[in-house]
Amino acid sequence: MADGSIGLWTVPLAVLGGAIRVSTPFLFVSLGECITERSGRINLGLEGTLVMGAMSAYGISYLTGSPWLGVLAAGITGALLGALHAGICSLPRVNDVAVGIALMLFGTGLAFYLGKPLIEPTAPRLPAIDFGWWSDIPQVRAALRVNVLFLIGVALAPILYWAFRTTRWGLLIRTAGESSDAARAMGHSVLLIRLRATMVGGFLAGIGGSFLSLFYPGSWNEGLSSGQGITAVALVIFARWDPLLCLWASLAFGGAAALGPALQSVGVTSGYHLFNAAPYILTLAIMIITCSPKRTLTGAPAELSITR
Amino acid sequence: MTAEAADSTEAVGSVAPAADPGFLQRHGGAIEYVLIPGAALAGALGVFGIFVAMFGKNPLDLYFYMYYGAFGTWFSWQNTLTRAAPLILTALCTALPAQLGMVIIGGEGALLIGALSATSAALVLQGMPPLIVQIAMVIAGVIGGGLWVMHSGALRQYRGVNETISSLLLVYIALAVLNHLVEGAMRDPASLNKPSTREIGAANMIGSIPGTDVHWGLVFGLIAAIAAYILIYHTVFGFAARVAGGNIRAAKIVGLNVSKLILTICFLAGGAAGLAGMVEVAAVQGRTNANLAAGYGFTGILVAFLARQNPLAIIPVAILLGGISASGGLLQRRLGLPDASVLVLQGIIFVFVLASDALYGRIRFLKGKS
Repeated sequence: MADGSIGLWTVPLAVLGGAIRVSTPFLFVSLGECITERSGRINLGLEGTLVMGAMSAYGISYLTGSPWLGVLAAGITGALLGALHAGICSLPRVNDVAVGIALMLFGTGLAFYLGKPLIEPTAPRLPAIDFGWWSDIPQVRAALRVNVLFLIGVALAPILYWAFRTTRWGLLIRTAGESSDAARAMGHSVLLIRLRATMVGGFLAGIGGSFLSLFYPGSWNEGLSSGQGITAVALVIFARWDPLLCLWASLAFGGAAALGPALQSVGVTSGYHLFNAAPYILTLAIMIITCSPKRTLTGAPAELSITR
Repeated sequence: MTAEAADSTEAVGSVAPAADPGFLQRHGGAIEYVLIPGAALAGALGVFGIFVAMFGKNPLDLYFYMYYGAFGTWFSWQNTLTRAAPLILTALCTALPAQLGMVIIGGEGALLIGALSATSAALVLQGMPPLIVQIAMVIAGVIGGGLWVMHSGALRQYRGVNETISSLLLVYIALAVLNHLVEGAMRDPASLNKPSTREIGAANMIGSIPGTDVHWGLVFGLIAAIAAYILIYHTVFGFAARVAGGNIRAAKIVGLNVSKLILTICFLAGGAAGLAGMVEVAAVQGRTNANLAAGYGFTGILVAFLARQNPLAIIPVAILLGGISASGGLLQRRLGLPDASVLVLQGIIFVFVLASDALYGRIRFLKGKS
């Protein structure tokens, strides 16, 4: 131990660090999608939103020199894409799942198009807080370099949990999601509630994207997101639309996603690609275990098309 | 039947629609199915023109090069048709389950697994007569792709797992499996920069349709689309599938075996996409590597929605979108647009097509009461 070599302990440490680092985009997308789905609509387009958020954050950070402006730009981009989704879905007889697929393709395409000139330059990145100062071991310090966005996300989960239960807005969103008739009878426009919920969801997903390009991995390229957005949407389903469970599930996912690189760093290279697919396999496995053909899921908003 | 057909063509030919008050009542629905997607497409092209103009390019140049690169010359026609072939097959992967009301978007995964299975079959059967190897590749590709998508159907039916999400997750898993095998057990040691499997051998390639550079995969696609059309609209099985898609409870009450319907349809859907993978290996790449994940599976989703999930309509729509992707290279060279511009245009078309769903039955003059 004295020489700083910690051998196989690198793997659990890297997984812990990964749980903190890699989970942040999952966390933001799933919290955003949680809000949208609670209002009775599903937005599968958050994969596209995530990539657009990553691109615009990187671009704005590069142009202005301020990564926090980049984060804001990513959120606004996400909210605009959310507004587009909600706008099209409010037309009669338009299927929200299909619109989500369309926006997934549109968002990724647009991000690749606009992001072409951003592959070369280096943009200022988000700062990290060093929680590992007490340790002499470099791996521990690396694992505990925590980004502020992660802390915001962790704080957001209980706030949302509380807001859904007690605030007026939380109740309105849940009413729209459980019974649009009831919301209408109370004199509220369901379409407007869902528009706002989808925009907020897009805002958070965009911020999740900014984390990808501005902190970890910390650059913009076309392979930046490979399904984190859609995995996070699936994650909401088995988190039972509960923001606190979204937090735990995101941490588990981050850990799973860090497994491949962690094993590679200690020399286990066979099966690298399979370990990289761990989050998708985990999602599928958890969905198989927790879903049931007999009943709708507990906690599912009744208006949600995807639970039927 | 023939007399009636002749009669109606005569009516179209000799009487102007406006002079025949019954014309729109009889054909308004069919016209709607052409007019609305056509208008959506035109709208999308318009928006894309504005988008490109914002980057200082002339939209008229854009339209010209798009037309020229897609349908302007015999060379570009062949390029277009070569790209249309896998699109027809991957579109079927979305369109067939759609008859049952399922949204499957995993065509890309089935294509990759189909390609991998077909390549394995060819490598195992090295030295056999080419025809046998090719038939084995088709069978392996169809079974590989079919079983891959059947998972999504089975999970939906037996576990209640949403098929849209599971099929997309399976795309990423398929890509990981492909990369794992191509860089590991199936790697050709000679492929240094781009890990690939060994080649299936020149003799086993399926070659081109005589007189063209378009490979036989196009014929596979046409046959599959026509067969799918007959299956869905002219067989008892297809009728049962459409009943189950319309009302699942009614289907159960009349005693239809819904599980069997779902599994069979998903198998056929995945089989079509798996065949696309086999075609890409046996007619284009000659081996399996990461190049196969070229996005045909995702464009196929758009083709299916634009064709309103009708297997016959998929053929012209696939040619149209094949043309758009064929013109991408020319747009890059002549206008300096990034290669992602094709993706942007596809996304805009998709959004317009879905939004245009709201228009059906709402265009007053098509109802024949002006």
